Amino acid sequence: MMDIVAADRLCFRFNGIEILKDITFALKRGEFLGIVGPNGSGKTTLIKLLLGLMAPNQGHVSLFGRDIGNFHEWSKIGYLPQKIAGFNPHFPATVEEIIALGLLAGKSFPRRKARIDRESVDEVMGLMDITSIRGKLIGELSGGQQQRVLVAKALVSSPELLILDEPTTALDPESRERFFTILKNIREQKETTVIMITHDMGTIGRHASLMLYLDKIVVFYGGFDDFCVSKEMTDYFGEYSQHLICHRHENFLIGIKGLDDSD
Amino acid sequence: MELLDFLHHGFIQRALLAGCFIAALCSTLGTFLVLRRLSLIGDGLAHVTFGGVAAGLLFHAYPFYVAIPIVMASALGILKLIDKARLYGDAAIGIISSLGIAGGVLIASIAGGFNVDLFSYLFGNILAISSAEVWTSIVLCLCLILAITLSYHELVAITFDEESARASGINTRRINKVLVLLTALTVVLAMKVVGIMLVSSLLIIPSVTALQFARGFKATIVISCLTGIISVISGIVISLMLDLPSGATIVLVNLLLFVISSVTVRIFRKGSGHGT
Repeated sequence: MMDIVAADRLCFRFNGIEILKDITFALKRGEFLGIVGPNGSGKTTLIKLLLGLMAPNQGHVSLFGRDIGNFHEWSKIGYLPQKIAGFNPHFPATVEEIIALGLLAGKSFPRRKARIDRESVDEVMGLMDITSIRGKLIGELSGGQQQRVLVAKALVSSPELLILDEPTTALDPESRERFFTILKNIREQKETTVIMITHDMGTIGRHASLMLYLDKIVVFYGGFDDFCVSKEMTDYFGEYSQHLICHRHENFLIGIKGLDDSD
Repeated sequence: MELLDFLHHGFIQRALLAGCFIAALCSTLGTFLVLRRLSLIGDGLAHVTFGGVAAGLLFHAYPFYVAIPIVMASALGILKLIDKARLYGDAAIGIISSLGIAGGVLIASIAGGFNVDLFSYLFGNILAISSAEVWTSIVLCLCLILAITLSYHELVAITFDEESARASGINTRRINKVLVLLTALTVVLAMKVVGIMLVSSLLIIPSVTALQFARGFKATIVISCLTGIISVISGIVISLMLDLPSGATIVLVNLLLFVISSVTVRIFRKGSGHGT
């Protein structure tokens, strides 16, 4: 079975400082990888290397069985960045216009809109429960609504690989649950491969099939159940690690206190 | 009646025709530049245009044609400085802008000082535009409008979020080059309308006026174009009636429209209970 995404001994240095070292992993269709680690451990950098937004100093990335240098099927990938750099609250585009930008990857120059695009946008807006705000400007929305719009933009092209950098940061608990339910449905229907960076261990624990704990090197890479009983897990989460195991088995409903939700 | 009489003059017809095309172009590009916080690139490139015009006058060549390649090269230089030297956009624009002014002053000095021709480029005089310049402006404007139309979605995507645009396979470097080269050409065209000193106002003010109340990206561009065109037409007419400099009058009409839209939107928002 072809690897959807594979990283082979990736190393990345910036201004002489080692950010990532010898990162190796591979994901098959339908797998869900949760990436965790302390702030500054290189999680976002790793994602940027996987998307070709940065070039590694050593090692290489392949997407859908092709070296990233020869990969052009970007419509197969949906990407939600951690936060939009310098997000302009006065950006004049409507919710509908922003989501439609997610369809550009599947088009060749000159990229024109088609009727099917409108249908896809309508569908994903219904999915994210944002149809009622379709005509609003992105700057008029709350942080949580903006996040849902950006998630919709990542989902609109029905990607086979979804890369999400802290997608639930600005969401309230209800929206967060709804987001994971949508993600679960998408994965079940389309066998979408998901890579997600998060500090929200309580919910990722219920969904991820694989965990990657990163701190410049891969500290842990493997199944979630193994992660829960690993030494790295105990070192990282301390006394709360047992709570995660309970969350995994959904028989323990309290939140995980003390975890840092910011990056 | 007096106004209609004005319109019978060939030089006014030429001024209105070229002015409207250039205003529409500046307003469209300006929307992308303002939202990408590159508003002052027009100012920087206008300063380089000053150097190009001075060089043209020194070598007795048509300044328009000498300025175009110099300004286009400078526009690419700004991108290189941002990309390779890791400079902030405003710092890169500042460097190229200083270079343009310094070069222009030096060349003007070698030529024996500033003369009337150079001043006409500095402060603009659209009423003195020739038929050849009108046709050049129209052809270039049509080419530029075609380029913007073909790259419209890419430009919007990059303006919203360059990183996501790259991740969706858009060649952001190529689109950035297209944007700055179009801006360079536009700045050279616009210097005849308002002059080198005021050219950035045609890029910035119609866009920020539209951003006060437009809903949707296309609506912003359309309102921005209309604002630019109304400013140019009103500015030319007012300058003729009151015997004022056309470039400065166009800019002041532009500013007046901005103030009116800004105040109106604030009043409307307070009335609707959305004000703070």
